[in-house]
Amino acid sequence: MGRLDGKVAFVTGAARGQGRSHAVRMAEEGADIIAVDVAKQLPTVEYEMANPDDLAETMRQVEALDRRIVAREADVRDYAALKSVLDEGVAELGRLDIVAANAGIFTQGRADELSEESWNEMIGVNLTGVWHTAKAAIPHLKAGGNGGSIIITSSTAGLKGYENFAHYVSAKHGVVGLMRTLALELAPDMIRVNSVHPTGVDTPMIQNEMLYGLFAPDLEPDERTREALGERFKALNALPIPWVEPVDISNAVLWLASDESRYVTGVTLPVDAGATTK
Amino acid sequence: MARVQGKVAFITGAARGQGRSHAVRLAQEGADIIGIDICEAIPENQYPPATEEDLQETVRQVEALDRRIIAEKADVRDFEQLKAVVDRGVAELGRLDIVCANAGIAGRFNRSEDIPDDEWANMLDINLSGVWRTCKAAIPHLKAGGRGGSIILTSSDAGLFAYENISHYVSAKHGMVGLMRTLALELAPDMIRVNSIHPTTVDTPMVNNEAVFKLFRPDLEHPTVDDFAEAATAMNALPIPWVEAVDISNAVLFLASDEARYITGVPLPVDAGAAVK
Repeated sequence: MGRLDGKVAFVTGAARGQGRSHAVRMAEEGADIIAVDVAKQLPTVEYEMANPDDLAETMRQVEALDRRIVAREADVRDYAALKSVLDEGVAELGRLDIVAANAGIFTQGRADELSEESWNEMIGVNLTGVWHTAKAAIPHLKAGGNGGSIIITSSTAGLKGYENFAHYVSAKHGVVGLMRTLALELAPDMIRVNSVHPTGVDTPMIQNEMLYGLFAPDLEPDERTREALGERFKALNALPIPWVEPVDISNAVLWLASDESRYVTGVTLPVDAGATTK
Repeated sequence: MARVQGKVAFITGAARGQGRSHAVRLAQEGADIIGIDICEAIPENQYPPATEEDLQETVRQVEALDRRIIAEKADVRDFEQLKAVVDRGVAELGRLDIVCANAGIAGRFNRSEDIPDDEWANMLDINLSGVWRTCKAAIPHLKAGGRGGSIILTSSDAGLFAYENISHYVSAKHGMVGLMRTLALELAPDMIRVNSIHPTTVDTPMVNNEAVFKLFRPDLEHPTVDDFAEAATAMNALPIPWVEAVDISNAVLFLASDEARYITGVPLPVDAGAAVK
């Protein structure tokens, strides 16, 4: 008996990292999946982003669990494209119950030095993209008449300020406001809305040269190893670990998606090794 | 695969209500239980006390799931009593992994300046200091296991927001959040996680009584449960008057399990959206 038997989940940013992990974890518990990813490089992003092969691998892993998946390339800033994918997915899979608004990018810059392009791309993907995701999904959730669960991926940066990425912090704070408003607006339909707030997660978004340089600017480039950066990240957490695994975020998404949390809404849930308590 | 298979949980206030529900839910998922309850009247409470028969019923329900349970009468105001039960329980069941500091009272409702001295002190002694003592008794056993652990404190939405006429309850429930955060930092090096749960109204004997009906409906002389339900629903975002004890237990289970292995320092509302209203 899977904890999401018979349900359908929409996951954005599903090509790899946390998004792929959510798709797989929910499929393990019986859900069918509608998956999107931009699956290409965005101009302001300094690390290598996912590509279509990554999205295909997510498909393969879900299908290996004997679950159905509809996977398409789409940019969450393009509402029409997002809506089109979701409509197609729901038509094929029959319903929608869960939304994991996970797609996001990470870039850096001091607040007074950020370019217009950098700021706009960050807000576009990490905040407006989340609104688009919810907007496209809500009619389908309401049409089902079974309630539903929307889980927005924020960050510790959605609860605290951090230097060097004011646009990311602003977007991640912004989705908390969006989450709370959606929780109130959708409550009469028993559609729950919550946010998860990871600390550093062991994915390509943090394991890259740009982020290593940001968190260890005092080290020579050849000293910036995974182990050395692990020590820096560990200092941000309360539990003595450098980062959490994607599956840790997926387990929180799973709990919030399932009926076990049927009356949990409007909640900011840190999965952060105590970072926001420190 | 049971989600807390082979683990041992210490639960206070286990005779009925949320505490019994946690014992049963964790046992369903493979845990053995050490449970305590005062099983005696607290004079200022406006609802019937839990009894030793209630605690025995919790024992019966856990044993019916083929799990072991040590259940004893004990008062969270008495550290030596608490320690003795936990020590005995761990000696018999072999380990400790999970702590549910759930025991609590509602007391009597009054404006802050009208609360009698002894009622203020007793509320803090049970609902805040009792939680600290529960943790104090448990921590050496959690550390001795060397496997980390999970402490879950039952606070309330009254631990996050203010409500009139229960300032001693609000203060204790708020205080618990500070304790939770400090414990989370102090115990992090041992991978012992500490979180708090913040329920809205839960359908148990603590709530289902005339004193609570009157608290929620001061406009009526003899409010019924339906009158109460109307006001209780207005507090929540989801269109429901209260949650069930099992809803709190499902949150306890999640936090107790390895699925939440890196979640610590978190105040988690299970409150039908009351906190965002």
